[in-house]
Amino acid sequence: MASGRDDFIIAIRSAFLKKSNKQQFSLLALILFSIFLIFLSNLNFIGIKYIKIGINEATYRLSTLISYPEKKFNESINFLSDYLNVYEDNQNLKNKIDQLTANKLNYLFLENENKRLKEIVGENTSISEGIVSRVLIDKDGKFLKSIILNKGSKDGIKIGMVVLDKSFLIGQIIEVNYTTSRAILISDLNSNIPVVIEPGSFQSILSGTGKDHGIIKYSKKELNLDENSIVYTSGSGGNFRSGLPIGIINNQIDKFAVEFFSDLSQLSYVKIQSIEILEQ
Amino acid sequence: MVQKKLNIKNKLLQYFPLLLLYFSVLNEFDIDVANLGLLSFNLPFIIIFYWSLKDPDQIGNGLIFISGIFNDVTLGYPIGVSSFIYLTIIAFAAYLRNITLRPNIYKDSIVFLVAILFANSVNSIILSFFFSIDINYFEIIANITFTFLLYFLFARIFNYLKTVGI
Repeated sequence: MASGRDDFIIAIRSAFLKKSNKQQFSLLALILFSIFLIFLSNLNFIGIKYIKIGINEATYRLSTLISYPEKKFNESINFLSDYLNVYEDNQNLKNKIDQLTANKLNYLFLENENKRLKEIVGENTSISEGIVSRVLIDKDGKFLKSIILNKGSKDGIKIGMVVLDKSFLIGQIIEVNYTTSRAILISDLNSNIPVVIEPGSFQSILSGTGKDHGIIKYSKKELNLDENSIVYTSGSGGNFRSGLPIGIINNQIDKFAVEFFSDLSQLSYVKIQSIEILEQ
Repeated sequence: MVQKKLNIKNKLLQYFPLLLLYFSVLNEFDIDVANLGLLSFNLPFIIIFYWSLKDPDQIGNGLIFISGIFNDVTLGYPIGVSSFIYLTIIAFAAYLRNITLRPNIYKDSIVFLVAILFANSVNSIILSFFFSIDINYFEIIANITFTFLLYFLFARIFNYLKTVGI
């Protein structure tokens, strides 16, 4: 019995402390150092912040380079798939154009009316033109859904700016380096956005699911949402401008599931926008 | 000339596990089938466990530690988490190496399963309790399952590579 315990201790000691010929560090030393790093990364020392930015910059560039062949391969497959569906897409687009032309006239009227009413209420929202940025890395992690963009503090990017694909909301900046930045996607489990659902003007929270759709949560009222209701940002909390389209209710996926307008797995270029609400 | 070509080939074969590890970490290599979004596996776990078990001199602990830092940055995790996880995988492999007299792929795979279950549990605990990151547990279980099943395939491939000269 004692011999068995001794063998176990010897094996453990050998695994953690013994270095083979070509190993520079013992396992135990590296484990302790990694624990030290985890604690350090949680602290906000200026020195650590700059080291982190340096590591981020170097790793993002290296990762972009290494991901290039895979990215090109995926793009080729998508191109081929689009090419094969070109006739069907053309028919659908023609129908959509007719529908959108009619809608546009209505929206122009409503937009002008909305502008006039905001002036009466006294809310003045300043929206930046937006900075177009290329998506460097769009790999999903098991825990975080985020993208790396090729604009950073050098280009005026700040934490909290919104990220748009065309005019659809897709995420928010959470980390800024000198020439790169990271945006958390609306599909991430940690993403919670105040939204308004039209028609009905239901206020709620849209949460990410970690998949390619979101879900409506935390509504005070018992919601009765129609299929195809549109989800917009409500502007509550001041993090997002109100009225940014996000997606459409699709109960076939799940109850109160939101199908995003934007395909989050196919992002190449995005627009980063800041918003300042100036109350008069 | 021929000798030079052979040297390059030998060098490439020698550094193949290390290159594959860094490629998979920086590329966050996974397989996603459009309709079966859960089909993903963790290639770095397989590489680290196999080579730490069979030939620990092939990839140094320090290099594995640095690959963990790269992984953290690529995925946006707090720095040090992946390094710690990778080192726990090495610890399991090192323990198994020390107690094994007659290597057997089935015994290896059982310890590998325990190692990745432990590593993913620790990873989830660190991320959810210390850094308040929400986690999709179902996706992780699927990832563990595929990683475990694919260990057999990769172990065979790596065994073959060892015989041709790594």
